[in-house]
Amino acid sequence: MKFTEEHEWLRVEGDVVVVGITAHAAEQLGDVVFVELPEVGTTVSLDDEIVVIESVKAASDILAPLDGEVTEVNEALVDDPSKVNEDPEGEAWFFKLSVEDTSSMEDMMDEAAYKRFIA
Amino acid sequence: MTDLRRTPLFDQHVSLGAKMVPFAGYDMPVNYKLGVMKEHQHTRSAAGLFDVSHMGQVILRGKDADAAALALETIVPQDIIGLPVGRQRYAFFTNDAGGIEDDLMVANRGDHLFVVVNAACKDADVARMRAALEPKGVTVKLIENRALLALQGPMAESVLVDLQEGYADLRFMDVATLPLAGAECWVSRSGYTGEDGFEISIPASAASDVAKALLADARVEAIGLGARDSLRLEAGLCLYGHDIDTSTSPVEAGLTWAIQKVRRTGGARAGGFPGEDRIFSDLAEGAARKRVGLRPEGRAPMREGTPLFASDTGGDPIGRVTSGGFGPTVGAPVAMGYIASTFATPDQKLFGEVRGKRHPVRVNSMPFVPAGFKR
Repeated sequence: MKFTEEHEWLRVEGDVVVVGITAHAAEQLGDVVFVELPEVGTTVSLDDEIVVIESVKAASDILAPLDGEVTEVNEALVDDPSKVNEDPEGEAWFFKLSVEDTSSMEDMMDEAAYKRFIA
Repeated sequence: MTDLRRTPLFDQHVSLGAKMVPFAGYDMPVNYKLGVMKEHQHTRSAAGLFDVSHMGQVILRGKDADAAALALETIVPQDIIGLPVGRQRYAFFTNDAGGIEDDLMVANRGDHLFVVVNAACKDADVARMRAALEPKGVTVKLIENRALLALQGPMAESVLVDLQEGYADLRFMDVATLPLAGAECWVSRSGYTGEDGFEISIPASAASDVAKALLADARVEAIGLGARDSLRLEAGLCLYGHDIDTSTSPVEAGLTWAIQKVRRTGGARAGGFPGEDRIFSDLAEGAARKRVGLRPEGRAPMREGTPLFASDTGGDPIGRVTSGGFGPTVGAPVAMGYIASTFATPDQKLFGEVRGKRHPVRVNSMPFVPAGFKR
């Protein structure tokens, strides 16, 4: 698993990259009450705002961590946003990206580095 | 950055794991370990303990009981003379334009009035009261050595009764002096959550012991400002600086119930407060805009500032959200805001613009959750 400074995690699954937010981010956001996902097939570029996530406290965006195309979104989060707080680094993934070039993932933080980043 | 002030319970908040945020110049708990959602639900189902010591506690004392009341009536449109000993009333300071400078609670404690004002306004409120009351021989004393706690929720009464008798004798908006965990407390049966509950003024030195005694009861959880906001929003209660301010008249704000007949046109003490012309004309002719409850039809919260439209395309806004978020008890987003009065009928469909898209929202009566007061 790789981590961004925007508190996203990325996991390579076959030929797609699965993206979610970290447990630390979920805790900081507080109880999530609304999730708006991109449409499957959307072409995204690095740092595009592609997910809206609202907690009891505020609204925030999730940015595309890589260039790619959205191949799947987790509709279950729209119906039950509280999953984001319950299992942020597992069941509550947000979207899957088909990515041509994953080389920039090599520069992202690993788990140990992310733990230092949020400490 | 100026130094944040701390309430007498600051150390306790930190040791309970609260997330602290700046609020009205104080370092305050926005939530504890439970989080906003569970804290909200716990208050509605059991009892929640809130530290509201940042609010301003003020004593008004004149040469006799009526002197302070009569002087205060020159700056609020409420009936203070008619407020019986042992009772509390909601009030607001008005300005010359008929807007609201702050809202407050006034209690008649026999030989003096006890006033509680909002934290962000307390310096201005004290100055305002001094200017209006001191020339009439009424002293205005800001109490800085007492904490203020609120215990709110359907189990608040039984929690207090298990510690000390006398609390069950109070009805909604009654006030009394009662002991609690060895401290002499100024108690009112009131709050700002829509639930039954009590607000308790405690000598600062005893505040921590009283809070610990209450939190020792398994029915009580510490609750932060986050849940305080969602609770009062579901209860349809105004947050000063957001839902009411210097530009909103009490009639627009739907607070006419708080202006007693004796202070209105034809009443024995009609007028005599700032902005009476505007307020009387709004009362007689109705206001051009009104504060209403709003229920977004989708799941997206409509937060403060969301513009409201009559149709899903084009046109100018007909109003604006002043408070909005997710209502944990309602289980859906809720909001309130000001709209043109022609649209202010329950079930009226409007559109709120969120992130550039218009979403349907309906005018809804308030409160969103029935009140639990023990009248």
